[in-house]
Amino acid sequence: MGLEQLLIVSAILFSIGLYGAMARRNVIVVLMSIELMFNAVNVALVAFSKYVEPAGVDAQLGLILTGQVFAIFIIAVAAAEIALGLGIVIALYRNSETVDVGEASLMRR
Amino acid sequence: MLFQDVIFWVLAVAAVASALAVVLLRDVFRAALMLVVVFLAVAGLYVMMNAEFLAVVQVLIYAGAIAILNIFAIMLTRDVQLGNLPNRLQPAAVLLPALMLAALVFVAVDTEWNLLSDRTDLADGVELVQANSVGGIPDEDRARIGAAADRSGLAELLINDFVLPFEIASVLLLAAVIGALVLVRER
Repeated sequence: MGLEQLLIVSAILFSIGLYGAMARRNVIVVLMSIELMFNAVNVALVAFSKYVEPAGVDAQLGLILTGQVFAIFIIAVAAAEIALGLGIVIALYRNSETVDVGEASLMRR
Repeated sequence: MLFQDVIFWVLAVAAVASALAVVLLRDVFRAALMLVVVFLAVAGLYVMMNAEFLAVVQVLIYAGAIAILNIFAIMLTRDVQLGNLPNRLQPAAVLLPALMLAALVFVAVDTEWNLLSDRTDLADGVELVQANSVGGIPDEDRARIGAAADRSGLAELLINDFVLPFEIASVLLLAAVIGALVLVRER
């Protein structure tokens, strides 16, 4: 296990999430794919924080955990995003009886 | 092959396979359950990277809260029977992630990373810092690492260097809670 292997796993997860977000109709599956992408980015951040030497490391050893702090913020934002996203999905379903992204055309003229 | 490597590859293959299942399974409910497997495998990867606190947060927030919210949303919308249909973007939606994957893998393999492990004296300190990332550092270890490690724990980092994003995150979560309540409220 090393930085490159972790980055490759992260890249594969991100690409799968990107495919899901682009290619699927069900908006809940799109949201789940976005969660996949968040997870991939978190893996990459934590891997960088473990393996890569930050500039000026002698001054502050605490810099080494910065990647983990970023991952914590991403998790917080992802939780907010999924709560709002699913709220929007349910509001959309109430209004138009569909969760198909292609049929959500309320804002189209 | 090291025992650690075996665990890593098992976790990596589990994460990638269940991620593929999330986007490819016809049944949306099963896709949501496979997403939980992805989250748990990623939590395992965090443990492998000495990020135990993040692993716990991952299990609590992703596998606990977000997966349950997803399943609630699937249950509340009756389009589940339609399944996980593809849309008309298939060629582009395969091509773009494939290009993205190629670019990311090229960057990951080709770049000369400035690795920490090249400097063993520093790596020892890092192991110590990361092992104590949850609870701070015991006094004798703190003395050994020196003054540089004084602000090393994750919590200390959060309330010192990142205190402004930390507070903004709490406001963001409050706004998200209120927004979600307003969106799903019965009129």
